[in-house]
Amino acid sequence: MSTFYFLVQQTMPFAIPLLIVALGGMFSERSGVTNIALDGIMIMGAFASILFINKMQDHMSGQLLLILAILVAVAAGMLFSLLHAYAAINMKSDQVISGTALNMFAPAFAIYVARMIQENGVQQIQFTNTFLIKEVPVLSNIPVIGDMFFKNAYITTYLGFAILIVSIIVLYKTRFGLRLRSCGEHPQAADSVGINVYRMRYCGVLISGGLAGLGGLVFVVPTSTNFNATVAGYGFLALAVLIFGQWKPLRVLVAAFFFGFMKTIAATYSGVPFLQDLPIPSDIYKMIPYIATLIVLAFTSKNSQAPKACGVPYDKGSR
Amino acid sequence: MSKFRRFLESRGFINAASSILAIVVGLLVGLVILLVSNPSEAFRGLWVILQGGFGGGAKGVGQVLYFATPIIMTGLSVGFAFKTGLFNIGTPGQFIVGAFAAIYIGVKWTFLPGALHWIVALLGATVAGGLWALIPGIFKAFFNVNEVISSIMMNYIGMYGVNYLVKKNIYDSLKALSQNVAPTAVLPRAGLDKIFYNMTGANNVHDASTVNCGILIAIAMAIVVYIILNKTTFGYELKACGYNRHASRYAGINEKRNIVLSMVISGMLAGLGGGLLYLSGANGRRIKVVDVLAAEGFNGIPVALLGLSNPLGIIFSGLFISYITQGGNYLQRLDFVPEIIDIIIAAIIYCSALALIFKNLVVRLVGGKKKEAEDIAAEAGRAGMSGKGLLPPEETPETPEKELAADQEAETGKEE
Repeated sequence: MSTFYFLVQQTMPFAIPLLIVALGGMFSERSGVTNIALDGIMIMGAFASILFINKMQDHMSGQLLLILAILVAVAAGMLFSLLHAYAAINMKSDQVISGTALNMFAPAFAIYVARMIQENGVQQIQFTNTFLIKEVPVLSNIPVIGDMFFKNAYITTYLGFAILIVSIIVLYKTRFGLRLRSCGEHPQAADSVGINVYRMRYCGVLISGGLAGLGGLVFVVPTSTNFNATVAGYGFLALAVLIFGQWKPLRVLVAAFFFGFMKTIAATYSGVPFLQDLPIPSDIYKMIPYIATLIVLAFTSKNSQAPKACGVPYDKGSR
Repeated sequence: MSKFRRFLESRGFINAASSILAIVVGLLVGLVILLVSNPSEAFRGLWVILQGGFGGGAKGVGQVLYFATPIIMTGLSVGFAFKTGLFNIGTPGQFIVGAFAAIYIGVKWTFLPGALHWIVALLGATVAGGLWALIPGIFKAFFNVNEVISSIMMNYIGMYGVNYLVKKNIYDSLKALSQNVAPTAVLPRAGLDKIFYNMTGANNVHDASTVNCGILIAIAMAIVVYIILNKTTFGYELKACGYNRHASRYAGINEKRNIVLSMVISGMLAGLGGGLLYLSGANGRRIKVVDVLAAEGFNGIPVALLGLSNPLGIIFSGLFISYITQGGNYLQRLDFVPEIIDIIIAAIIYCSALALIFKNLVVRLVGGKKKEAEDIAAEAGRAGMSGKGLLPPEETPETPEKELAADQEAETGKEE
């Protein structure tokens, strides 16, 4: 049983950032804007917030610092995604091109700034992790669930689930969500009933920017003690999770956790008694999450439900 | 209208001029960053960037060609897929399996005589890259799996798989690298080292560039791809499937076969790129066993975009990116951070996405009509791949009838 708790606790750092970023991508794509810049936006969010932690950690620590860093990450992500929104919406440009530009820009910018402002000119930004919660009072005493979710956790885990619930409500239970989705399915129809397509798409891209920026921070904090201008391709994996989850929040959750759990097994198999005895080299284990995803996809992709107008610039003049 | 005016208002000129404008704006962004970093050296820095490969003499020019080789190949791979309605983001995986196959053959198959050795190694790389792209192709054609997600998965499977196979078969455990290939498997220099070298030291030692026949092969491949896409029925069918899968089927084209073939050809180009780079015999060109996707693979995307997915344009965009990247290396002599170059390239690509502004500007400068500019800009947008990556191609409302009609003409002309 303790192995199971261990695996669940270890899955969170892999699955939660994927969940948050994929949900972000969902808002952008359901409003009709393809966002392959998720990786770059994650890097920007992580860079700004880790730099913030690096500068402020002498003055404060613990959860307050983390919450402030989260705000910084969200703001940085939104700001950066404005570039994509401007190109994709106002300029009606090819969204793959501007997304690629953002993906190229982010790591270069992070390395450049880090080397310019840090005294010794190194590109890694160090930080001290003071954010782990060993046990949540009261809640950790609940049997089973307490061990699974309320020990050795970060507040970002709960934040991830909160974002999921808010996303479902916003997307399916509010007027805003309905309008957003209509812009991704048939913007001309949406426009004809008085919805401002450009504004809805801006909202979609900005939400995706904020969440992707946050996802960058959430990815770096539990897995490392420095930021080296990379999020290990997690933005692209989040894109994969988004497609895997068919642009629907609950299926995105399943996809993120399926992938995160596979990744956990690959990373921690030596800590799992019956797996460590098998004569399989670690590189093969590392391939498992990707192979498993491919196989699942082959069986579940017959009816793809991509938003119909996703990736097509909206032009008022064309009908 | 005078001939000169007609030239100024032709599509080709406006496209080229707006690309140049995008490059100028990108360089201005670079200049601003240089000014922020170190005002006193900024203009010298800009000069170094503009000089690019020429900053290193004849050898520098050779190095530009050398580093351009793999990104031209991955650029061709991405561009070819774009043209056939697919977004091949799997070039890092195809590139590295190609590299592995080439090195494996280069190290182990020493029974092959002389020139046959490197040719077989390159063929092996091509086949391996093609096989790696076969899987996303089959998944796309028969299971409707989006090729973006399956090729992202194949990237990681390829990376870990190659790491495993290198460690098992051709490992130099002292250096944690793959082994050196046999001398017969190293690509011949084709006389290029006699052109691109610098004299160094008192004894006038030839300090030759690592350029080899790879660049010639890459350019030849670009021409072959151009011919396939624009001058053959086969290429026409592939493009037709990209524009509208259902209409192609209605017209009697085997659309499933064509999707698979498009992916495989795209993968073969990337795999060959891996072979060309890792058989160069240059010092340190060996597979590092680390969990990082091959950068040359992803770099194919900006190369393809900057070249507007046109195989001949890709030759120039690959050379250009390699050229200013070389400039970035020399920038370090002035104590600048070389990442400035990546920022400049990103700015150029972003500007090329803003086709509308730039084309309007060019047209206004030469005094054309605004409407025409919008038409051209819209077409340029299509030359990339308006978001097709995440969209089943049959649903994109892109109807480049003109291009198809032009192709049709070319074809009927040939048949007569």
